[in-house]
This record gives sequence, structure tokens and C-alpha cells, in this order.
Amino acid sequence: MSTLKKVLETKKEGLLNIYCTAGYPELNDLPTIVNALHDAGVDMVEIGIPYSDPIADGETIQKSNAVALKNGITIDLIFEQLKECTPDIPKVVMTYFNPVFKYGLEHFCQQCQKVGVDGIIIPDLPIGLYQASYEEMFKNYGLSPIFLITPQTSKDRLQLIDDLSSAFIYAVSSSSTTGKATGGLSDGNTYLSGLKDLGLKHPILVGFNISTSDDLALVQKHAHGGIIGSAFIKYLSDKPSPEVAAQQFVKEITKG
Amino acid sequence: MKYDVNEQGFYGDFGGAFIPEMLYPNIQELKSSYRKILNDDAFKKELASLLKDYVGRPTPLYFAKRLSEHYGSNIYLKREDLCHTGAHKINNTLGQVLLAQRLNKSRIIAETGAGQHGVATATACALMGLECIVYMGAKDIERQAPNVSRMKMLGAEVRSVHSGSKTLKDATNEAIRDWINNQEDTHYIIGSVVGPDPYPDLVTQLQAIISEEIKKQMDGLPTHVVACVGGGSNAIGAFYHFLEDETVKLIGVEAGGLGIKTDKSAATLALGSRGVLHASMSYLMQTSDGQVIEPHSISAGLDYPGIGPLHAHLHDCKRVLYSNVTDQEALEAANRLMQLEGIIPALESSHALAYLEKMTFNSKDKIVINLSGRGDKDMSTYINAAT
Repeated sequence: MSTLKKVLETKKEGLLNIYCTAGYPELNDLPTIVNALHDAGVDMVEIGIPYSDPIADGETIQKSNAVALKNGITIDLIFEQLKECTPDIPKVVMTYFNPVFKYGLEHFCQQCQKVGVDGIIIPDLPIGLYQASYEEMFKNYGLSPIFLITPQTSKDRLQLIDDLSSAFIYAVSSSSTTGKATGGLSDGNTYLSGLKDLGLKHPILVGFNISTSDDLALVQKHAHGGIIGSAFIKYLSDKPSPEVAAQQFVKEITKG
Repeated sequence: MKYDVNEQGFYGDFGGAFIPEMLYPNIQELKSSYRKILNDDAFKKELASLLKDYVGRPTPLYFAKRLSEHYGSNIYLKREDLCHTGAHKINNTLGQVLLAQRLNKSRIIAETGAGQHGVATATACALMGLECIVYMGAKDIERQAPNVSRMKMLGAEVRSVHSGSKTLKDATNEAIRDWINNQEDTHYIIGSVVGPDPYPDLVTQLQAIISEEIKKQMDGLPTHVVACVGGGSNAIGAFYHFLEDETVKLIGVEAGGLGIKTDKSAATLALGSRGVLHASMSYLMQTSDGQVIEPHSISAGLDYPGIGPLHAHLHDCKRVLYSNVTDQEALEAANRLMQLEGIIPALESSHALAYLEKMTFNSKDKIVINLSGRGDKDMSTYINAAT
């Protein structure tokens, strides 16, 4: 069983997943950040593999992608860096279809397995194509596909996504790009409060637009956990030590 | 038609809808309704009337006598430059605005490179009283200033895009992001035969009127149809009704920039490999790590690192020959047309004209060049090149 599945099995609520962009803020910061997040008690990390044209991402993550690419990050270098990360924290990678396609999907999956990546998020990978071409491949390399759902995702589609999933489901808090914080999430958000009633087999982690400890507490109340990306990237951007910043950020976001 | 898109949204290996889940409802809505709307009699009537009385269609197929004498052949210009707003782009935007109305969308977004699609969108929106936001790369805003002013005068908001190469590719990313964030009231009018299924087909159907008219205007079939290709909408428009007339040679001319042996080019089919850009599988210019390469062309409308999926398919099955010409060759061709025919072509269209230099002619050949736009917007480039 993957590290990711073990965590999901033992911890049923209050999960915290933090996203960081590989190669950001400095080229080789990834292991330092991942290990610091682990030490700070984060349950899993989502590692962003930078792409030149990240259409689902807002300004913050676009910029971190651009900086990382400018720093010289490559997919092979990310796999090298992942070897230096502690094996004790579950890791999922997030990227777009084109870099993985160009790298070669099977080769990419092989490398993921080698360095202990348990799940892959490719937001622009069509579900139909996944079923037709990649489902077997992901299984062979012990990788869980992680699909996004939105408030507009139909019941039939939710069912299909639940059936194809093997770890968790990524619910976006509202249909938007990442980091489009419009003044925090509200407790009256009926989409959030209805998540547990969707009747899905897999745990749901909520991401997009979670920027405060209140936001996090709210999604942890209504779902199995929360995913924080842009807020952490923004926090890292002006801190001298990514290690200290990672620990400090987790402390702040989990208070209350 | 054997080259039409299939049920899954693919042309051979190319196309599809590589979209994040957030766009799924919008794309589904469009996919399930566009063919029905396009084929609806009331829609067809309204669009035909606008194309005739507002755009000025059919555009002439002009026999370019002096240019023909110069080359010793028969050269016809399809005068899309005479369309209202000065380019073929309006064929698509009027159709899509009518479509947006039927989908009850009140807000229109678009991307633009040279500004021709932006102007055509702003025009159609002004005509229909719709809110219009145009995304344009900061670099393009600088080099296409007249079109920026035109869009603003027509009531559109022009949003400057500072990410990436600050050109068409990045403007397209930003328009897609806007659509993700404003799904319910917004229709995205994509300007070329690119983007997720069903856009390549939607835009193809709306531009196909170009070749439909050429067929009617010409006595018999042409031997060649030549068009420039960035994303590829004017080219598809000019080729579409000839695709199954296999004797007609179809030639797409990409922007070679400083030359395809340099790193300053936008000739996607010459330099690209398979991949996904703007949500469809096609060819694109990219690094070995799948990062999109910033293209270069003197022409903002061709400065695009991808190409429509139907072109990728037509290239692979060898139905269309794709070539490229350099910035310099395009400039020379523009000057030739100005001096021989008294027509100032758009820099984009000048790429198609420049291909004439690479052809060998038979005096009986009948060559149609799609003159996709006029050159008003490019005056500063022409003036700078001349001094």
C-alpha cells in the first residue's frame, strides 16, 4: 500500500496537503521545503512540476512556475530532488498534460514509482483519454490518479470520478483558477457543507482559494481535509529561509 | 466530409478537449449545441444577412493582372482585406456573437494577437450590445497600437497580458483563465481554429464561406490555393471546400521569422512536435521538457507557437503542403503588391504572397492567394522597414 493510502486510511479527518512548486523560490529548495513541511506535521505534499502555460493557475502559481523555469528546473532534476525528500510523507505531483506527454507518460510513471510519488494530478487530462490510454499504466506503477471536481460537476460524472479514483478526490472550492481569493470562504457555503453528502467512496480534500486558518478549519470541518497552494507560495516569496518559512506557515495556518 | 472532426472531437490524432474540470460544463454546453444552432434556419438567415450587408460579402475574387504578368501565371486575390474591419476575422466573430446570444451569454471575451480578431470581436459586440473584454499581450499592444485604439473606441476593454512571451499565446491563456472564472454569463470567442473541441470545427465552419465563395466565383477549379497560417483560420477558410478536390494544391505558409535555422521563428510545422497547447493536441514548438517555446514573427497575427489541429492532420496526411517564408521575404512581397496592384496587404497575408517567389509556374495555372487582411495596422512596420 502506498504511503498516501496509508495516511488516508489512518487519518479520516483534518488532513492538510500543502502545494509547493519545484524549483521555487530557488532551484534546489524542494527537499528542504518538503522535509520542513513533514517536520511541521503536514499530512501530504503536492509537488508542482512547472509548466510554461498553466491555464488553471492564477497569478501566484503562474509566477512561481515562471521563476522555477527561469531557475533551470527540469523534470529529471525534480526526480533527483525527490530522492532527497523524506520517504515518510506522501507525495503527489501536479502538472499539466503537455510536459508529461512530451517526457513520455510511461517513463514519467516509472520515475514517479522510483522516487516514491503516490499520486498524479493532471487537471487537463481528459477522463476519457485516461480511461482509454493510461488507467492500466497508472495502476502498473502504483500511482493514484487524482481528479478534480467542481460545484458544477454532474452526479454521473462524480460517480465516474469516484470509480476511477484510488486515493482522494480534489474538490475545488469554487469554479475558478487557483489563488483567486475573493475574501475567504464562508460557513454558509452550501457546496462545502454538502460535500460529505455526495456519498463518494473516497475522501475529499478541498483546494483552491484557501488562504487563512479560518478557511482551512472550515474545509476540514466539511470535508476530509484541505489543500493549500497559492497562499503558501505567496508566503515563501519574501522569506529568507524556506525551511523556517515552511514551518512558520504551517504553524500559522493550523492555529485556531 | 472526410476531413471533418469526429464524434470525439479529433481530426486523426489531433484535437480533443484537454481542459480542466472547471471548463467542462461550458465546453459541453457548446459542444452539444453549436452544430444545431449553426444549422438552424433563422441563425443562417441572420448571419447571411449580416455578412452581406454589414461585412460586404461576398468579397471579390480579383484577378491581379500585373502580379500575374510579373510571375507569368494567373493569380487571383481573394479580397478578405475588403471585409468590414479589414480582415476575415469578422466572419467568425459575427457567427459566434449570434451563437452567444442563443446561449444567453451577455459577456464576451476574446484573445488577440495582431488585434484583427480583437477588433472584429469588439465590432460584433458593439453591433449586438454585448460587453466585450479583449486580452492582448503587452508586446502586441505596443506593436499594434492602432488596433488597440480601435477596440477601445468600439467600446471594448483591452486587458494587457504580461505573462510569458506577452504575445498571442499568453493572451489566449489569460482568456481561458477568464472563462474558468466567469463561466455562467461568458462566451469565449476564440479567434482561430485552435483551442478545445468544438472550437476548431466551430471556427472552421464559420470561415468556410471563404472557399465557398471562391468556388462560385471561379470558372472551374483553381490549381493552387495559398494562405498564411498562424493558428490557421483564414487558411482553413480558404481550403475547406477544396479539401476533397484532391487536384487542387493547397499550400499553407507559416511565419519563418528570421529563418527556421535560427531560434527566431514561428514555423510550427517545420520546428514543432506533437503536444497539447490551449487544450488541443496538435504540433507545437516546445523544449524536450514540454515547455512551450516563445515564437518570433514580424507579424503579430502569426506569432503563435501552435497550429490548429486540423492543419496538423492535413499536414500529416499530406493533403496540404506547409511551407514558410521569412520576415524579410514577407516584407518584400508586401512591397511588390503595393507597387504592382496598389494594395497594402497585412503582414500576415504578405507571407502567403511571398510564397509566389518559391513556386514554379505554368502559364495555365490558376493560383488563388487568400488576402486575409489589409495592412493599415502594419504601417509603422512597413515604414520602419523602408527607412
